[in-house]
Amino acid sequence: MPGSPPRTAAVLLALGLTTGLLTSCGSDDGRVRITWYANPDQGGQAAVAKKCSTDKVEVEIQVLPQDAGQQRIQLARRLAAKDPGIDLMSLDPVFNAEFANAGFLAKIPDALQQQLEKQSFTGAVDAATWDDELVALPFWSNTQLLWYRKDAAKAAGLDMTRPVTWEQVIDAATRLNSENRARTTHVGVQANKYEGYVVWINALIAGAGGSILRNAEKGTDATIDIDSDPGRAAAKVVEQLAGSTAAEPDLSVSNEGTVLPFLYPHDRKAVLPDVGGFLVDWTFVYSNFKGLVGKSVSSGGISKQDFANLGWAPYPQTVAGKDAAPPYGGINIGVSQYSAHPDEAMEAAACIVEPDNQGVNADLTGNMPASAAGYDYPALRKTYPADLLEMLQAGLEAASPRPASPYWSDISGAIQAVWHSPRAVDQDTPAESGRFIVDVLKGRRLL
Amino acid sequence: MSATAREEVRKTAPKTGQRSGPATERGAAEERLGRRLVLPAVAIMLLVTAWPMLRALYLSLFRYRLTTPDDRSFVFLGNYGTILSDPLFWRDTWNTVLIMVVTVGVELVVGFAFAMVMHRIIFARGLMRTSILIPYGIITVVSAFAWQFTFSINNGYINSWFDWLPFIDPDTNWFGDHWHAMTAIMVSEIWKTTPFMSLLLLAGLSQVSEDMLEAAKVDGATWWQRLWKVILPNMRAAIMVAVLFRALDAFRIFDNIFVMTRGAQNTESSSFLTYRQVIEQMQLGMGSALSVLLFLTVLLLAYLIVKAFKVDLAQARGEV
Repeated sequence: MPGSPPRTAAVLLALGLTTGLLTSCGSDDGRVRITWYANPDQGGQAAVAKKCSTDKVEVEIQVLPQDAGQQRIQLARRLAAKDPGIDLMSLDPVFNAEFANAGFLAKIPDALQQQLEKQSFTGAVDAATWDDELVALPFWSNTQLLWYRKDAAKAAGLDMTRPVTWEQVIDAATRLNSENRARTTHVGVQANKYEGYVVWINALIAGAGGSILRNAEKGTDATIDIDSDPGRAAAKVVEQLAGSTAAEPDLSVSNEGTVLPFLYPHDRKAVLPDVGGFLVDWTFVYSNFKGLVGKSVSSGGISKQDFANLGWAPYPQTVAGKDAAPPYGGINIGVSQYSAHPDEAMEAAACIVEPDNQGVNADLTGNMPASAAGYDYPALRKTYPADLLEMLQAGLEAASPRPASPYWSDISGAIQAVWHSPRAVDQDTPAESGRFIVDVLKGRRLL
Repeated sequence: MSATAREEVRKTAPKTGQRSGPATERGAAEERLGRRLVLPAVAIMLLVTAWPMLRALYLSLFRYRLTTPDDRSFVFLGNYGTILSDPLFWRDTWNTVLIMVVTVGVELVVGFAFAMVMHRIIFARGLMRTSILIPYGIITVVSAFAWQFTFSINNGYINSWFDWLPFIDPDTNWFGDHWHAMTAIMVSEIWKTTPFMSLLLLAGLSQVSEDMLEAAKVDGATWWQRLWKVILPNMRAAIMVAVLFRALDAFRIFDNIFVMTRGAQNTESSSFLTYRQVIEQMQLGMGSALSVLLFLTVLLLAYLIVKAFKVDLAQARGEV
């Protein structure tokens, strides 16, 4: 029955599907479409994607989940299935080693590697290196600072022009609380059971001159060093904060966003004048609070005076007199090994990480460039105070990335399992956590 | 139809569910055709249900991780040994059993009360029934988020609404310790699924003969006596179905925990542990072993519940 309605419909459907499949890797105007899986932001990556689109290539953004762990899960599962639908991806540095070791990332040409090594901050290069090769392209780099209210630091007698220790900051907040007979001055940290908590623990250990692990290239046989004096110094800080009135009431579920209101706690009933918070957080804090100036208090807004009261200082020291090692975070661009257009994808990635484009992204999102040249982007100089930009760059040079290991998600999960909740941390925690990490890596314990 | 005629019809009609050979050649041919017709459906069912189960069983014998495929090695029952000797597995199983027992227990009582209201109410019956059933119509993840915001120390209202209660302090961090977090998880689970329980119990309640209740009333039985001696015994099959469905459902609890605590404060359930092994850690071997154990536990649980209620399922289906 040629030409009968059902058969015609079936043929049309089949044709439609085939055409759809054939055109799925090219855009309507005949350009090659490069799909970039990016973490959610305020439009910075989309603007860069537009800038890096040409007459021949269109870079298109697909948005990944908010949480870094969920981003890893989505990308890794699809790459393990050799999905050609991913060309470029925004990668959290801690997962670079795992992806590279699994063979998910395309090799970056040597000349480009050399150029990126020269252009990027040391911390950014370290975080993107696995097996002596740069496996992803550093795009933006983040570090944490100590953000504080100037009046609170002054009332507590802290000299913020000199490096301060964790102990000093916690003591200052505790003292203000006892003087005011209230619990309104907090030291905000990220202590939910998630990667952000490990960022804090890693920075504390590195600040005491230690490291969570050595010989990462040995994979499951790497040397676990958390059971050490630096590990115990880190545990002491967590223990001191968790047991003091300086701890936020939501300490065990706190993250980067939930600590912010504790800096300007206007809408909390018990707030007394002249007290306010301290918090360690990433670089976006400045642009975040700047955006809140003039908004109503009920919607989280702050006044101009409040904003002028915002201070910033280098990350606190774990041990007095020893340089702090602030956390390193950011995003690198990975090129998929299974991309249908590897050359175009690598070209697009190289364009995305150009210093000027790093500046465009930083200006729109507050996520700072991975290179000193990126900081020269004129709009950044207008938006941010010069001393803040200098401090951020100094922080990135001093930053200590989390160790690169293909088993980082296991190691991080094992740390979270033992160190959470912060109130349970004591001097035995590092030893227990060292044993547990080894057992997990050897497959003797469930995680 | 007279009583004699009804008896005649009952004798001649084929018994429901009774297996007997085909009486005629035509019957046999129809049966063969029937088998051929359902064959594709059976094949598809096997493909979508049996194949993943067999695959999980096979994978559970390996140490195999998606991001280190070269490290794959055959460990036979090693994964099961690791799981069964690990305190984490037993802690999560205990959490799951606790959540199941508490939520099903509370839901049985509250659900029964709702069912009674829905059964007896005369005024605004439709409105009342709809109001009671609304929570069940809400997607679990959505309700979990709603309850997370409710209990949140930063912007929730539970603390300010209920701080007159002795165990609720205005500064209570509901997700800050084990028992508070478990309470929040169980409250959200109970809120969400009590309507389902009451719906099943309502079906059972409507099957209790009014004549029997009337007779008991005439005999002078009090309300409690009628409840315990007439209503509940006659609803045994319905209660068993309600408890069975809800217990198995509660044993699979995942969404609420994922949204509210992500397993922090030792609030992980068995299915959450399995999720973390398979999805987060991509440990296909260990995760498959856990899913096999979860499957066996659910089977055992169903068997125990059916045994405990001493209900003859064939009788409940009206086969004999």
